Amino acid sequence: MNFLDQIWLIPLFPLFGALVMLLFGSKLDPQPDSEVAMAPGLEHTHDDHAEHAGHDHAHDHGHDHDHSHSHGHTHEHAAGHDHHHGSPWKNLVSLLCPGMVLLSFIFSVGAVTQLAALPQRAHQVIQFTWRAGLPFHMADDRLATLTADCGFLLDPLSAVMVLVVTGIGFLIHVYSVGYMAHDNGYYRFFGYLNLFVFFMLMLVLANNYALMFVGWEGVGLCSYLLISFYFHKKSAGDAGKKAFIVNRVGDAGFILGMLLMFSVLGTVKFVDVNQILRSGQFHAETAGFGVLSTMALLLFIGATGKSAQFPLYVWLPDAMEGPTPVSALIHAATMVTAGVYMVARSSALYQLTPQTSTIVAAVGAFTAILAASIALVQYDIKRVLAYSTVSQLGYMFLALGVGAYWVAIFHLFTHAFFKALLFLGSGSVIHALGGEQDMRRMGGLKNKIPITHWTMWVGSIAIAGIPGFAGFFSKDEILWQSYSSPQGSNVLYGVGLATAGLTAFYMWRLMNMTFYGKSRVAPEVAANIHESPAPMTVPLTILAAGSFLVGWLGTPKLWGMSGWFRGLEQWLEPAFASAAVEAAHEGAHDANVEWILMSVSVSVALIGIGIARWFYHKRPDIPDSLEARMRPLHSVLLNKWYVDELYDFLFVNGFAKGGGRVLGAFDRNVVDGGVNGAGWLTRFSSSVSIWWDTWIIDGAVRLSSLLVKLSSYPVRIVQTGRVQAYALFVVVGALAFFGYYLAR
Amino acid sequence: MGPITTSHYLALSAALLLIGTIGVLTRRNIVIILMSIELILNAVNINLIAFSHYLQNVNGQIFAIFVITDAVAEAAVGLGILIALFRNKETVLADEVDLLKW
Repeated sequence: MNFLDQIWLIPLFPLFGALVMLLFGSKLDPQPDSEVAMAPGLEHTHDDHAEHAGHDHAHDHGHDHDHSHSHGHTHEHAAGHDHHHGSPWKNLVSLLCPGMVLLSFIFSVGAVTQLAALPQRAHQVIQFTWRAGLPFHMADDRLATLTADCGFLLDPLSAVMVLVVTGIGFLIHVYSVGYMAHDNGYYRFFGYLNLFVFFMLMLVLANNYALMFVGWEGVGLCSYLLISFYFHKKSAGDAGKKAFIVNRVGDAGFILGMLLMFSVLGTVKFVDVNQILRSGQFHAETAGFGVLSTMALLLFIGATGKSAQFPLYVWLPDAMEGPTPVSALIHAATMVTAGVYMVARSSALYQLTPQTSTIVAAVGAFTAILAASIALVQYDIKRVLAYSTVSQLGYMFLALGVGAYWVAIFHLFTHAFFKALLFLGSGSVIHALGGEQDMRRMGGLKNKIPITHWTMWVGSIAIAGIPGFAGFFSKDEILWQSYSSPQGSNVLYGVGLATAGLTAFYMWRLMNMTFYGKSRVAPEVAANIHESPAPMTVPLTILAAGSFLVGWLGTPKLWGMSGWFRGLEQWLEPAFASAAVEAAHEGAHDANVEWILMSVSVSVALIGIGIARWFYHKRPDIPDSLEARMRPLHSVLLNKWYVDELYDFLFVNGFAKGGGRVLGAFDRNVVDGGVNGAGWLTRFSSSVSIWWDTWIIDGAVRLSSLLVKLSSYPVRIVQTGRVQAYALFVVVGALAFFGYYLAR
Repeated sequence: MGPITTSHYLALSAALLLIGTIGVLTRRNIVIILMSIELILNAVNINLIAFSHYLQNVNGQIFAIFVITDAVAEAAVGLGILIALFRNKETVLADEVDLLKW
């Protein structure tokens, strides 16, 4: 089977799943009020399969709310797919949606395998071309037509993304089967999740910016829908709106960049854009900030929105209101990396615009350390991970900014594994504690949920950058590139290194507060702690294995390994033209320097871990006293540098509400004034018209009638109608005649 | 007493005409008015006959017969109108009817 020509099918599988769920889901899994309707008798009539466990289910159900459930349940979950509501239709949902993503994954693996055999390592499938009307004049007066394909491009870069999206997406779908089992809106959740996978695959498989933008907006929509999944909670609804609105700011940049690209290059097809930019027609804008730099900057603004970079990162921590699998899939592994992917996709453009690249690197580094500093003091387990995600995305942009595109994708790849793992692990912890997210009420969970513990341990080791695990390879490569690359600098390296230390610290703070030390769990919760069911632990295990293994695809050149161990760089090489330049430059540096830097970063990570262990395990009093002594700094960090408050002040209250007031005043005075003025004018002119009608028109008519009346008066008085009067006139007339003749 | 001359007839005719005219103009009852019209017509007849005799011309007498015929027809039509008027207006008084005004 030729998978390469069928890559257009890859996004369609999850779309099918999503359509089934969203169109027929409420029939398959008649949910929201079923909590109430789950009386034993009803369950029997509806569903004979559940008979064996039906009564017990309904009985237990009364005691359960949301995530908490008894030990008895855990065994049932572990035994099989017999879910809480036990409906066969629900089982169909659990099979269909992950199954569709699995199909996509299989097709992706097939297509990527076949791609590897192609000499040119790129394959385009164009379904049809959309032509938006008339030709237009480009910036240089050439005529061009606004066209965009519904076309798909599989090349090394999109191959990596497709595998991440479908592979990790599948694992998270499986995990959700367990995690969401007790939630209402089961089908709705899976429908949105499948829809997200569809849009994400459109985004990464698109062969032009316009179609990419379709996916880009689609994932934004799904992100919004899933963040506000628990829409009955006001905070969840607000978080969804915040994510949506903040993303719109970035999207404006994307659209403008895309239109500028149409105007300057005449096309938005990746292949054509890269070809034009590499043809030498445009020179690198080293001196001034020209049109290409503007284009690159606008696209980067789009990326800051989607990938939660400063200044548009504020939505991502709030996005943790969504269910945890969503945080793992959308807000850690896939969607938020779309910006990284897009900038990497535009590498030819960014190579010509060193000034914008410097901005990208600076924003990335700044975001990395800003978010890491906030993560130090957060107590919500998911928020720590959210800021960690923002920070790691900052690393990726740092790599992009210094021209190390493959490294950014490498870090994206490894980060997808260990961050998905960490989020799913935190979800498992939350699940075990019946919805508790505050780390101050955790602790000592190590032996109670062992699988969750050791998988999260692997994830934390990986993100902290301990050699051998995935995070080490990618993060160290970023640090090395930020030091050695022609666009790198000591400052960028220093910030990156500091962030690495902070990362190690906050991750081990999280691990210590959650799993080690004395238990601070509320007693009524503590009785119900249990390991998660198999659908949740199996993905955790696979991801943990991945967090260990995938880093080995990109070992440092220094280690002298070859083949698979340098696989990712070689695989991605055709996608980025920079590789040759980079390699040449790297050769100029001393190998000793790289060894030293590597050991420095590992030591920093170890020190971070050590301090965290010291603070939160050996001497739990230190953080409190430190907090007491450095109260201003602590409260600044705890309040996230007051950025949200600043934005509230500047944009929400200042710009939006103040602007609203200005517009309101404008409305009341100018618009309403215009309307009222027009009304007044109409009334005035109508009253003039009334006067004219009454006095001039009617007056003329009445005058004429009056004249007639007056002039007819003498005639009227003789017109008596009495026949004798007329006879009298006749006689008088006749006598007058006679008199006249006689008198003559 | 001298012989009855044409002048006498003419005087009689003038008197009848005067009486008839005054009757037409002053009496309220339409029946009386119709009768007064008959007086006027008869005054005309006397006048015609008197001049026919005076001029020895028979034309006047023939005219008088025509006038009598006309008077009959006129009386018939007049009384018909009078009955129709009474049915509609419940009156036979000429000054209470001013339909000619309209």
